[in-house]
Amino acid sequence: MADQIQSLQEQVLQARKNGQTLNIVGGGTKSFMGRKTDTDSATLSLAEHSGVVEYHPVELVLTVRAGTTLSEIEAVLAEEGQCLHFEPPRLGDGATIGGTLACNLSGPARPWAGSVRDQVLGLRLLNGQGEHLRFGGQVMKNVAGYDVSRLQAGAMGTLGVMTEISLKVMPKPATTATLVQEMPLDSAIDYMNRRTGEPKPITGACWLDGKVYLRLAGARSAVEATAEQWEGEVFEGGNGLWQQIQDMQHEFFAGDDPLWRFSVKSSAVMPSLDGPWLVDWAGAQRWYRGPATLSDLEPVAAEAGGQVSLFRGGDRTGEVMHSQPEALKAIQRRIKQSFDPDGLFNPGRLYSWL
Amino acid sequence: MTSESRPSKQQLADEFRSFIDPQFVISDEETLKPYECDGLAMYREMPMLVVLPETVEQVQRVMRICHEKGVPVVARGAGTGLCAGAMPHKEGVVLSLAKFNRILDIDPVARTARLQPGVRNLAISEEAAQYGLYYGPDPSSQIACTIGGNVAENSGGVHCLKYGLTVHNLLKVEMITVEGERVTVGSDGLDACGMDLLALVTGSEGLLGVVTEVTVKLLPKPEVARVIMAGFDSIEKAGDAVGAVISHGIIPGGLEMMDGHAIIAADDFCQAGYPRDAKALLLCEVDGTEEEVDEHIAEAESVFRKLGATSIRTSTSEEERALLWKGRKSAFPAVGRISPDYYCMDGTIPRRHLAHVLLEMEKMSEEFGLRVANVFHAGDGNLHPLILFDANIPGEFETAEAFGSRILELCVEVGGCITGEHGVGVEKIRQMAVQFDDQELAQFHSVKAAFDPKGILNPGKGVPTLKFCQEYRSIEHKQHKHEAGAEHG
Repeated sequence: MADQIQSLQEQVLQARKNGQTLNIVGGGTKSFMGRKTDTDSATLSLAEHSGVVEYHPVELVLTVRAGTTLSEIEAVLAEEGQCLHFEPPRLGDGATIGGTLACNLSGPARPWAGSVRDQVLGLRLLNGQGEHLRFGGQVMKNVAGYDVSRLQAGAMGTLGVMTEISLKVMPKPATTATLVQEMPLDSAIDYMNRRTGEPKPITGACWLDGKVYLRLAGARSAVEATAEQWEGEVFEGGNGLWQQIQDMQHEFFAGDDPLWRFSVKSSAVMPSLDGPWLVDWAGAQRWYRGPATLSDLEPVAAEAGGQVSLFRGGDRTGEVMHSQPEALKAIQRRIKQSFDPDGLFNPGRLYSWL
Repeated sequence: MTSESRPSKQQLADEFRSFIDPQFVISDEETLKPYECDGLAMYREMPMLVVLPETVEQVQRVMRICHEKGVPVVARGAGTGLCAGAMPHKEGVVLSLAKFNRILDIDPVARTARLQPGVRNLAISEEAAQYGLYYGPDPSSQIACTIGGNVAENSGGVHCLKYGLTVHNLLKVEMITVEGERVTVGSDGLDACGMDLLALVTGSEGLLGVVTEVTVKLLPKPEVARVIMAGFDSIEKAGDAVGAVISHGIIPGGLEMMDGHAIIAADDFCQAGYPRDAKALLLCEVDGTEEEVDEHIAEAESVFRKLGATSIRTSTSEEERALLWKGRKSAFPAVGRISPDYYCMDGTIPRRHLAHVLLEMEKMSEEFGLRVANVFHAGDGNLHPLILFDANIPGEFETAEAFGSRILELCVEVGGCITGEHGVGVEKIRQMAVQFDDQELAQFHSVKAAFDPKGILNPGKGVPTLKFCQEYRSIEHKQHKHEAGAEHG
């Protein structure tokens, strides 16, 4: 795999000249996300623009081309005993780091390890004028200029074509263990929050099918001691379960029912909505399956201190993301304009008005 | 925006006094004086007015008036910043958030704190301590600096490698836009929909809005923390030791390095028992559960020994831990004792270039005729060279400034950046032209315009004009080439 930057730049300039909108695609594993938009966009593929640019394990810094697959990255890191701490969901074999950042997807460790956005140190990006720009850097601390790198997280490619991303990587935990016990959901919310407030090596807390699961990870002695102190049975299938949740391969996620994602205050009282729930991130991320409308669920999410989005399925021709107040809409429109004055990139994918 | 169209100082003061307690609208020279600079006192400017509103509504009205009339606004917390980011504008208003100093709520279950922007950084952890919680980022000014200022600068501290910067520890901010609108950016959930404006606002140095409320994450206080002090007879060995600890899968809570000059200054200052003959000193703090800390301390000690540490001492009590840290924490005042003045720089480098950068710095030190002492957040590559000078000697600050510029440019050359945690402000605005090209700077300007089309928020800070950059690059680089040619040719 190689550096395709020149070709990508030419495609952007050509599209600009022709007034052709572009749909930016990495591995295409997240095409179900965002709004359904008009299909007359041309595809701008990043899949070939892949490979590790620099990796310094001792510095905990990895720089890769945006089209690099998560599996390639994880294989390279594993050789040095390191990992992507935010546990990126692999929604398919071709899932890339660029797509992961554009959608701001992080796995079960997110409340403790941070999100993909948190681990971004810098990136390169083609803006709508075809300029190849560099923001942030390859160091842990950098406050020169606005944080344009993290601005890309969740922007779903509406601001430009990310071409290269530098990330903080971390050592793999030496040991993990999972504890399980039966518990009603309301009690589990409180329990997961209280356990997270203790100075113990916890890196996962979810509730599913009447059971609460806590994951411990870190130095062997600390994991073993905490597993002794805390109630719950050691669950041997723990690693498999966390992987299934991370990659959204668990049967909870199967089927065509609309999948709603609530990102709310971790301790918020469970809303009274009928239907199956999977509560992750110690209560801060709550998946809900069921027919509903965004406008019905928004007040529910707001009451819980957060937001809701229609993650998969359902009606995707309307809005799928929690609505924004007018003042923030205006700012985001102007930001979009500043990066992509001709509206080339992923128009309408994030919001109809972007 | 011409100054003719702006209201006079008197008109503006009268208008503010119609809705802000008149004693909190400052217009006389004597009372304005303390606001003329922030923690970087070499850069000074007297403001036209200072206002200290007491309610968010008052902040909104100040913004509406200033926006309508094109009056520059410089928001200010405690004024401890180190880049002249809060230096006033001579035709503008300093908007002090000092009256907003209340902790609004601490939620021990969700582990969050809702704060007014003028709350001091340390006060958050003090208040949260009753629940066994604390706030992660701990800039060295934490006793005085405010959370609002921390948001503006994306402040760090000594625990960033493990616990992150301000940007990693925020949930949401309430912000007043330049038009005076009150908006919430972020939420009580971990991720929010839409563009990540919270990331953009954090570290934006008061150029995008005025923050009036901040919700931060709190962390459980580790059961135990122990620190290893290790002396080395060379910077290279100490640098290798840092890398080796991390390669062992240990992420220390704090990992600090001091060079020989800083070791002696600090030890003279507070008798911390530092090895005075060492060329480099590491302070490696491991925190976590009792078991984890014991395991990691043993491993780290063995790594240091293997890599040739000349002395090793590990704290066995909280008192001893405090003593070992005392030298590092008082390094700045300690250096202040051996020199009339010092100028603190803030570059970040990939750690592998540490020895090279310090060696180059020694050469520059000779060239400029000024001493330099180094303290270093070794874990995350953030250098704080302290350039020693005497402001009473004419031209010496200018020499220190030129020396500092060269250090920052060296940081960029080796793949680092000009500021790790202090911000750009006025101070490093020239070096922005070295780290970024014109297209990148133009993109920054258009991001700024998306929030502040008239450019009244903290004008002249953070991002230089393109014209200025072209001039700076041509002058500086000609000089560099000339000097480099003279050295090598």
